[in-house]
Amino acid sequence: MNGDLLLSVRAAGKHFMQGNRLNWACRDVSFDLYPGEVLAVVGESGSGKSTLLKLLAARLACDEGSVHYNVRSEVGAESAAAPTDSHGAGLSDLAGLSEARLRWLARTDWGFVEQHARDGLRMNVSGGANVGERMMALGSRHYANLRAQALDWMQRVELDTGRIDDLPATYSGGMQQRLQIARNLVTHPRLVLMDEPTTGLDVSVQARLLDLLRELVDQLNLAAVVVTHDLAVARLLAHRMLVMKDGLVVEQGLTDRVLDDPQHAYTQLLVSSVLTP
Amino acid sequence: MTLLLETAQLSKTFTLHGRGGLQLPVFAGINLQVKAGECLALTGHSGSGKSSLLRCLYGNYSATLGEVRVRHQDRWVNLSTAEPREVVEVRRQTMGYVSQFLRVIPRVSTLDIVAEPLRRLGVAAEDARKQAQTLLERLNLHERLWSLPPATFSGGEQQRVNIAHGLIAGQPVLLLDEPTASLDADNRRVVVELIHAARERGAAIVGIFHDDEVRSAVASRTFDVEHHHPIL
Repeated sequence: MNGDLLLSVRAAGKHFMQGNRLNWACRDVSFDLYPGEVLAVVGESGSGKSTLLKLLAARLACDEGSVHYNVRSEVGAESAAAPTDSHGAGLSDLAGLSEARLRWLARTDWGFVEQHARDGLRMNVSGGANVGERMMALGSRHYANLRAQALDWMQRVELDTGRIDDLPATYSGGMQQRLQIARNLVTHPRLVLMDEPTTGLDVSVQARLLDLLRELVDQLNLAAVVVTHDLAVARLLAHRMLVMKDGLVVEQGLTDRVLDDPQHAYTQLLVSSVLTP
Repeated sequence: MTLLLETAQLSKTFTLHGRGGLQLPVFAGINLQVKAGECLALTGHSGSGKSSLLRCLYGNYSATLGEVRVRHQDRWVNLSTAEPREVVEVRRQTMGYVSQFLRVIPRVSTLDIVAEPLRRLGVAAEDARKQAQTLLERLNLHERLWSLPPATFSGGEQQRVNIAHGLIAGQPVLLLDEPTASLDADNRRVVVELIHAARERGAAIVGIFHDDEVRSAVASRTFDVEHHHPIL
């Protein structure tokens, strides 16, 4: 767990209009993330955690505050021109990057694992093609190479390589989720954002997927932000966590400290409400 | 000998918001110093706050007041104010912890659980597994259990997995929460030997040992937590 600061969020907020009333989905969120660090964002539905994830992925723009990302210098010439700021060299404000640049980041240096694999996969092309697509976006055109990479990644996420030519619709829910993960990781992103990656899966499938994610994050020194309402997922995957309620961060810190010695009234309620088998 | 762990005016009070902000003071004003090669045994009745103190030392509980300082490589880290990633680093390299209960990770084999702290230090997988085998053998955990996740193990078996996991990386500071509670005499003896070996290599140890015989065999000093109960 080392290297330069990768992601820096400063007082980020996003609002929506509800009738003629301003409604903050999330507000005043600040944190830094380094390579190898996994941050869990927990809270109930409507707490603003998914909106926050969209701000980090530049799928939504901040209405307040900012999100800064350490853009790899070799990725292109634009970063040299991008304004640096007080957070240190190499960090660029996402708001200052062009559409093309953000698309490039989203396809190469970032991964985004959707809660519903169908939203993150292309359902009308084969499993192998799903993995190969991001490689092609990077300019890889050699069919044998793409296929070899797809096979390799299918193995790494424990998918039956015999299914490489099948459509994702024929995969089970757990397999689709693993395919989505392979599709994201094939370009070696440095930051992976996950929105409830195990919700809706059978418990046994969930455990297997969590174990896989834990291993991949470790091996690849990934930085990850995992949105989840499941505290057990947070404990297993994340070094740190951030507890959100009504769009605000009510508590953040080391995962086991927040879970075992929660300070805020809401976190105490959350932790004490969990059923343990 | 070198000082490796200390507290300054460490106090812990739980505030239960669900009970109208009820305050539960556990201890106050604790000043501890533990040097390399020492084993400090925490004493006091059950419920006196020994485990809470140990958890504070590990950074698992926050300090309400005061500080916990750990010598991490060639500097001191204050766990009360350190960033989470610093605490993770201190635990990885400097501070091992044997808890009372094993937190089981679904699907991961016993051998991999025990090898994990070494893997995190960059030891190659094969080497780490070999060292894990050696330690599990020493703790008399039957070989047929190594490839299984410990979820279904007996209390004593889980505890030995926990001990192996906590001791394998050889960190300079060790925190032991009743490491022998559910072990038979033979295995207690093995754990006593392992603790002695850790002291000899210069580890600073803080532990809770309910068994008087074990405590007198391993501890160089005792610290009574009850003397530090806050005045109510």
